[in-house]
Amino acid sequence: MTSNIYDNFVASLTQSIHEWLYHVMPPTWALISEMTIIGLVFLLFYALVGLFLVYAERKVCAFMQNRVGPNRVGPYGIFQTIADFIKLLMKELITIKNSDKLLFNIAPFIVIIASFMAIAAIPFAKGLHAIDFDIGILYVIAVSSLGVVGILLAGWSSNNKYSLIGAMRSGAQIISYELSVGMSLLTIIILAGTMQFSEIVQGQEYGWFLFKGHIPAFIAFVVFLIASTAETNRGPFDLAEAESELTAGFHTEYSGIKFAFFFLAEYMNMFIVASIGATVFLGGWMPFMVHGWDGFNTVMNYIPPSIWYILKTGFIIWLMMWFKWTFPRLRIDQLLTLEWKYLLPINLFNILLMAFIVLMGWHF
Amino acid sequence: MKEVIHTPVPLVEEEEYHINMGPQHPSTHGVLRLVVTLQGEIVKSLKPHCGYIHRGIEKMCEKDTYPQIIHLTDRIDYLSAHINNHAVCLLVEKALEIEVPERVKYVRTIMDELARIQSHQLWWASFGMDLGGLTCFFYGLRDREKILDIWEETTGARFLQSYYTPGGLLWDIHPNFQKDVKAFIKYFRKKIRDYDNILSGNVIFRERSRNIGLMSKEDAISWGVTGPSGRGSGWSCDVRKHHPYALYDKVDFKEILYTEGDTLARYLVRMDEMRESMNIIEQLIDNIPEGDFTAKMKAVIKLPAGEYYQRVESARGDLGLYCISDGNKTPYRMKFRTPSFSNLSVLDHISRDLKIADLVAIGGSLDLVIPDIDR
Repeated sequence: MTSNIYDNFVASLTQSIHEWLYHVMPPTWALISEMTIIGLVFLLFYALVGLFLVYAERKVCAFMQNRVGPNRVGPYGIFQTIADFIKLLMKELITIKNSDKLLFNIAPFIVIIASFMAIAAIPFAKGLHAIDFDIGILYVIAVSSLGVVGILLAGWSSNNKYSLIGAMRSGAQIISYELSVGMSLLTIIILAGTMQFSEIVQGQEYGWFLFKGHIPAFIAFVVFLIASTAETNRGPFDLAEAESELTAGFHTEYSGIKFAFFFLAEYMNMFIVASIGATVFLGGWMPFMVHGWDGFNTVMNYIPPSIWYILKTGFIIWLMMWFKWTFPRLRIDQLLTLEWKYLLPINLFNILLMAFIVLMGWHF
Repeated sequence: MKEVIHTPVPLVEEEEYHINMGPQHPSTHGVLRLVVTLQGEIVKSLKPHCGYIHRGIEKMCEKDTYPQIIHLTDRIDYLSAHINNHAVCLLVEKALEIEVPERVKYVRTIMDELARIQSHQLWWASFGMDLGGLTCFFYGLRDREKILDIWEETTGARFLQSYYTPGGLLWDIHPNFQKDVKAFIKYFRKKIRDYDNILSGNVIFRERSRNIGLMSKEDAISWGVTGPSGRGSGWSCDVRKHHPYALYDKVDFKEILYTEGDTLARYLVRMDEMRESMNIIEQLIDNIPEGDFTAKMKAVIKLPAGEYYQRVESARGDLGLYCISDGNKTPYRMKFRTPSFSNLSVLDHISRDLKIADLVAIGGSLDLVIPDIDR
């Protein structure tokens, strides 16, 4: 195994912080401080990634549409999203008459907590993850699907028919496409033989699963891309907030920071599914290495693993943005037909194919 | 005393509910209100409520002189302002039996076709957006800008030109006009292929629009659905062919007909019409004869007493002007038969038992302009 020059850096950094904390305070307090630090780091990371993705989306969309995009606040408009965020913070939170106050207020938090929890299991580099357990993929799928509860509550409690239609569409859509996301990941789990993220990445040292599992892995990747785009409620599957039909769908009645929560959660969900896609299919933080080409591998290893991770995740995010800005929207029955009549049977067959290939040892 | 106006609300069956699409709604493209009765997501019936942008243009015409009326007609269907102006001019010229110079006819025909192209461009842009293809909007507006620039150069206005006068034009065309129009045609012939690539050929778009909002030829005739929407159902109703005005009997052009009668057919009619309009302009643009830009007109225009009717083919369909004159300088009564009004009336019939998303698509494919409905 080629050792990565950056591996020790992360490990030694976290280890020294850990030791220092246990050195200066009793173990219980040290543990609590560690948790707080990790939580704060993730909160900061969450906000920064969210802001950056909104900026990136605006720039990509401007590029697709022959526009310039934000270019006034800061160089190349990079502070535009921060300015927008401050504006949303200062806006009035409108309370709707005859709405279910408790559910109305709680819904954005459910959505944002669901996406926040999912980040914990994602490995950003070797050893750089909050928690690494043996059912990592199961955990991420389970946690990220909690978000639909928040969307349903938001639509139900708003006391608005557009919101209700949007929420019901979203419920049908996310629950359906959850299946395809899960099954396409299952295909790779058969190949990898584990659900632990760190081992999945380690297993792709000399060849990402997309190449190792060739045909079934490629089918799984395409299905995963379609299904995860649908699961994050993004165009061409943005029926839940179909602007031209339902004004803004489930978040029509939300204003200020509560709206920002939905908005941020949508982008973070995109980030999460892209991360999972990059980790499971494209090797996560693992550099592109070929067995036997030692010189090439050494050069590739000089690129830090986090950069590899960001590049791969960014590629998938860019694909999803490309979908959104070029495709028209599907109709609800076409959406469900696509899932239940096409993606699901393809997926089931694909799992069988992958199992067969793994049994026969035909993978690389 | 404050008077409460009760708008009639249709009765609902069990498990049905109403939704008010509009007057503020992204897909009605203006202040149109549709009271939609839904069952889940299925449209059971819908009732259009008009009048949110009623400005009483017909009544205002009764106190305005004929050259003034031209400025009002801009505001009816603002996307085919030139064509509306043309209708008034033709009506006055027919009543006074004035023969306009050839140059005027050429310029008017070219301007009308430019208006048709830019109207269809904006329709394409917003139709794409209705279906969720947000990039279409910017493509359409980008190309429409070129036509507005050409107009600005010659007429001084980008949107509401009022360039025609009874008997001719306000002033002559700009020296660059022919060059610019030719450059635009060359440019747009390339760009319209982008339109096909991004929307017409897209499988999602095809599935969304095929067999949606079926309107038979009989429906189109009985509801009076004219223009591209009617021709998508196979009804040959092009005023330019059947009652030619200006130079339409001299130029060689096809009347675009599709027989499917669905949303896709109405879409394809407009796409082909843009190409056909470019053909018409290409035939005329090099041959604009020299001459006066207006016929000799009296300072005060008075129409002989009587009734007059003039039809033109606007970008939305058959625009009719009915005028009763009692011999004064203002008409006694002016009535506009606007295409969007009758096109709207068929919406209930063709969108029943379809999804709410289809309603948006069908509404988009009828190309409604709300001021054209309300006047």
